[in-house]
Amino acid sequence: MPDLPDKNAIEVHGVRKVFGTGETQVAALDTVSVSIRENEFFTLLGPSGCGKTTLLRLIAGFDFPTEGEILLYGDDIAPLPPFKRPVNTVFQSYALFPHMTVAQNIGFGLEMLGKPKAEIDARVTAMLKLVKMEQLARRRTSQISGGQQQRVALARALAPQPKVLLLDEPLSALDYKLRKEMQIELKRLQHETGITFIFVTHDQEEALAMSDRIAVMSTGKILQVGSPWDIYDRPAERFVADFIGETNFMDAEVISVAGDRATVKLLSGTDISATFPAGTTPDGKVTIVVRPEHARVVAASTKSALSGVIENIVYLGTDTHFHVKLADGSPFIVRQQNSRSGPCGFDKGESVGVDIASDVAQILKD
Amino acid sequence: MADAAEAAKNRERRDLRNRWLLSTPALLIILVAATGPLLIVLLYSFLAPGPYGDVKWQFSTDAWVSVLLERDIFDDTLSIADAHLTIFLRSVKLALGTTLLTLLFGFPTAYFIATRPERMREVWLFLITIPFWTNLLIRTFAVLEIIRNEGMVNSLLLDLGLIERPIQMLFTDFAIMVGMVYVYLPLMVLPLYASMEKLDFRLIEAGYDLYATRFKVLRRIIFPLVKPGVIAGSILVFIPALGAYVTPSVLGGGKNLMLGNLIELQFGQGRNWPLGAALSITLMAIVMVALLAYVRNAGSSEVRHG
Repeated sequence: MPDLPDKNAIEVHGVRKVFGTGETQVAALDTVSVSIRENEFFTLLGPSGCGKTTLLRLIAGFDFPTEGEILLYGDDIAPLPPFKRPVNTVFQSYALFPHMTVAQNIGFGLEMLGKPKAEIDARVTAMLKLVKMEQLARRRTSQISGGQQQRVALARALAPQPKVLLLDEPLSALDYKLRKEMQIELKRLQHETGITFIFVTHDQEEALAMSDRIAVMSTGKILQVGSPWDIYDRPAERFVADFIGETNFMDAEVISVAGDRATVKLLSGTDISATFPAGTTPDGKVTIVVRPEHARVVAASTKSALSGVIENIVYLGTDTHFHVKLADGSPFIVRQQNSRSGPCGFDKGESVGVDIASDVAQILKD
Repeated sequence: MADAAEAAKNRERRDLRNRWLLSTPALLIILVAATGPLLIVLLYSFLAPGPYGDVKWQFSTDAWVSVLLERDIFDDTLSIADAHLTIFLRSVKLALGTTLLTLLFGFPTAYFIATRPERMREVWLFLITIPFWTNLLIRTFAVLEIIRNEGMVNSLLLDLGLIERPIQMLFTDFAIMVGMVYVYLPLMVLPLYASMEKLDFRLIEAGYDLYATRFKVLRRIIFPLVKPGVIAGSILVFIPALGAYVTPSVLGGGKNLMLGNLIELQFGQGRNWPLGAALSITLMAIVMVALLAYVRNAGSSEVRHG
């Protein structure tokens, strides 16, 4: 993990947000607490309707929390209107002002803050340069492409130098290639401006690629906060493991716990070592997860490997997926990189062993 | 090859003919219903008045002369017709006032409707159109009933002891204005609503996000974006308000003549059809000049704001 100062830019304390009244009441956020550090690229990740956009809107000031407080560098901003918060938003649809030019859009925030014209002009020029849009300053926003609109939206939100930049699925409208480019671009901008970014997305790959830390959300709650590595390799809950990447779930029973490792017995009788979420003590029957790329298909005779039969082989160019049916009847997927050319050396229907690498299994909560 | 070219040419000719044939009904309606009567009005304005109304078929520019000038009955000299000029000015002022007031009341109304949930919007729009179901004259008399000395407002205020004598509202400029705003408000609200409905409300959030206060968001974002609606509404209100005739005569008591009343007078008691026709054309000219000036101004400020 990179060196991050410990200061918190945003602290969310026990925030609840309820929409509607009476019987139609819906809790979009259910007592959420999270701290976002200064200078951090923080991602709220979750499926649609999980409350990630609601949380973003509460920080921006477009909605107000039903309960709880939101601190910006220690000050409660929850009751302030959006125009009094030093926080800017990049909207999903960009929401560029169609009656203004690119430059006027970018300068709007500074103009509203009452900055002198010379300062606005200088800052707009700097912003145009930052997002590489110098040539298009005088264009209307309707005369530029989606990717360019995206850059203008970014420049507009960055121009007033907010303390925190909020990004609401800003890349979702772009095509795959442009999205990849903008991911790198966003990281660069965050690095160059040193502004805290809070990024909302439902795309797990995007979250893993860009974030310093990720909060995985579901049905109005934050399930887990951690580095991309934590979230991917050490998921705490079934939802987190399932939502991010492909996963093998296996039933197991805890035999012993020593320090931060537990030894569990799989249904097949094999003992393996597994990690578990901090603050929990696993015992009895548990579910463990193993990522497909953390196992290997080996010859059936290999000791300590789980035995199974290959049901299907899917060749994907960069890697090959083996769908194995284990001896106890449960399915298991192995992903193996095609590190050399030619066939993988296994056949459909063949009896094989599945070798799980050490220290890759993770026990889920409950 | 030649045959093919010939056939193509024929087909083209047939298409053209069909196009004209299909447009004929529309062209006829425009010609007969719109242009025709106007040409007759223009023609009448250059004829002499008949003794019992109607016109004498004899060329005369008297009507046009007396639109702005009046002939002294003793020495035949011409001077500016103050009376007509006053009426023109009064009408323009009334129309402008009506336009401004309907805009003032209509803007929040349209905004309110546009921000309701979809189903409620229809209900509100429906309510806005209810006044159109009743005849203008009846609606005007209803306003009269409310503001006359023994009317609802005065009786209420008297009963409450807030005033000792009824306030004279009827037959004043205030009464005319109330009636005009009431009658023309829907014409302002509907086009305003139409352009506000298309407004992307995320732009308003973006404005707030970029430190614009509520007033600045209204002035810098909402207003420029709904400008087409403001222009359409202003035109729809200004034009009929300039020639308004029922409302000023019922609520104003006919004390202060408006352009509409003046024209009506020429075709009625005045028995001077050519003058009435000339005044009508003048009214059209004022409308056209006003419109051109307005649209031009609105258009250029659009460019200035970028």
